[in-house]
Amino acid sequence: MNIENEDYKNIPGWGMDIDLDNEPTYPMKNYTGDDHKRSDYERSEQQKVDVELLKSNERPQYSVVFGNTVPPSGLSGMIRRYAFKHSEDRYRHWIPLIMADRVNAWEGIIEDLAKGIIPNVLAERGIKSELRYNAKGFATKILVTAAVSVLMIAWIRNKKK
Amino acid sequence: MLAMNYRGPFRVRAEQRPMPEILHPEDAIVRVTRTCICGSDLHLYHGMVPDTRVGSTFGHEFIGIIEEVGPLVTNVKIGDQVLVPFNIACGKCNFCKQGLYGNCHESNSMATAVGGIFGYSHTAGGYNGGQAEYVRVPYANFGPTVIPADMDPDDAVLLTDVVPTSYQAAEMGGIKEGDTVVVFGAGPIGIMAARCAWFFGAARVIIIDHIEYRLEFAKNYAKCEAYNFKSMADPVVFLKKTTDWYGADVCIDCVGCEAEGNTLQTFSGKVTLMQAGAATALQWAINSVKKGGIVSVVGVYGPPFNYVPIGNVLNKGITLRANQASVKRLLPKLIEHVQSGRLNPKGLITHRVPLEEISDAYNIFSKKLDECIKTVLIPSAKH
Repeated sequence: MNIENEDYKNIPGWGMDIDLDNEPTYPMKNYTGDDHKRSDYERSEQQKVDVELLKSNERPQYSVVFGNTVPPSGLSGMIRRYAFKHSEDRYRHWIPLIMADRVNAWEGIIEDLAKGIIPNVLAERGIKSELRYNAKGFATKILVTAAVSVLMIAWIRNKKK
Repeated sequence: MLAMNYRGPFRVRAEQRPMPEILHPEDAIVRVTRTCICGSDLHLYHGMVPDTRVGSTFGHEFIGIIEEVGPLVTNVKIGDQVLVPFNIACGKCNFCKQGLYGNCHESNSMATAVGGIFGYSHTAGGYNGGQAEYVRVPYANFGPTVIPADMDPDDAVLLTDVVPTSYQAAEMGGIKEGDTVVVFGAGPIGIMAARCAWFFGAARVIIIDHIEYRLEFAKNYAKCEAYNFKSMADPVVFLKKTTDWYGADVCIDCVGCEAEGNTLQTFSGKVTLMQAGAATALQWAINSVKKGGIVSVVGVYGPPFNYVPIGNVLNKGITLRANQASVKRLLPKLIEHVQSGRLNPKGLITHRVPLEEISDAYNIFSKKLDECIKTVLIPSAKH
């Protein structure tokens, strides 16, 4: 850390009212002063980076351990790589990540189909419990959707005429 | 092994997936015996947390048996029954050394705003979670805690997140003897936070929600007052009136980004995603607390930003305190509270579901069907 005035402790009044108990994060934080050592602490052995790992540009190195699940791939992966070029402060980081998640949901369906799996979307959404505990709500939703669809179709047909 | 697989918003399934492996000398593999769905898992399930990748396994509340350890693991051994704090902490960095185990600097490469959390998106480190038969647990010398022999596993699994988060919510409130504490949200965390507020000397604890069965549950479980905001013209005015037009001493936000009750917040946060979810509860907390009061936040919000009345925080001199729970710091005290019978975490559990039925478990919890408060998933892995 660069301290411009090395003699700061000789400034009149310096440190007179230090009160370590006046720590706004107490009792969550047991303040030791180690914060001023920054990243100078004993680190464990670095986990081997054997998958593509997107790293926040707000830190210089990978964390000692990390999750190696679901590395970026496909179109969503391209969007995620773009997002990680920007800091966590920027919308250009977070909004592309949300977009990538939506794209990724479609990629998941394609991935399933490529493996010969037809995703049972209704089961994945918990249709069994829906029918058991919310049959009325489910039926209402179906009826409203059907009614809106019929009205839309009728409106489009009328417009064509 | 059987594990949860996220396929996109509102779509999850249980299926066979590869076994986790030791990737670091301080890793352990844990065979999961109990795991929960957390209210914050619903933010992932609803597609509200950025960088939640299809193919991920959720689950940050779990206990289990140590099945395999890396060569440098000495604090736990194969066969130990352990509860695993939801946050992944090294115990060595300067944040961990000061007790901020929820803010470890060495467990998440992908974001600096949050430490590593099991099964909580790549924003929280990209780890698979415990809604599976087996899970990789990094820093096994530090995180996993051996479960006392006489402890009920249902109590133990709630010590991984629910109880510490709730307790810390009350602790961060800086509650003084005689204080009036208002808790927003009658989910498992809100109910437990209301219960914990008494530990710090509160004279009055009020919980606010809009779901009647949860309010009734909270009233009985946490011995607090419970009010439905839908029956009020304006919850902030109600709370001012009931505190002699002064404001509560402490307000606790246990709702987070999927709050209801304010049309503008709902539209901008949940419908159009113009902000990181609806911050209605936080807005109410700031506006309901007294001048110079404390607002404690444990409700989960996404990373971009939220619309909150920060001007009122300044003008009222409010102290805003928030953090992910420092589970490891709180465990000794909380284990004692549970073992002495002062706290009964398992009393929150309303549903026990096999892991195979995870799609329905999520739907039930998400839509609050069948008077659900807390769901425990039970994997059936056998040797």
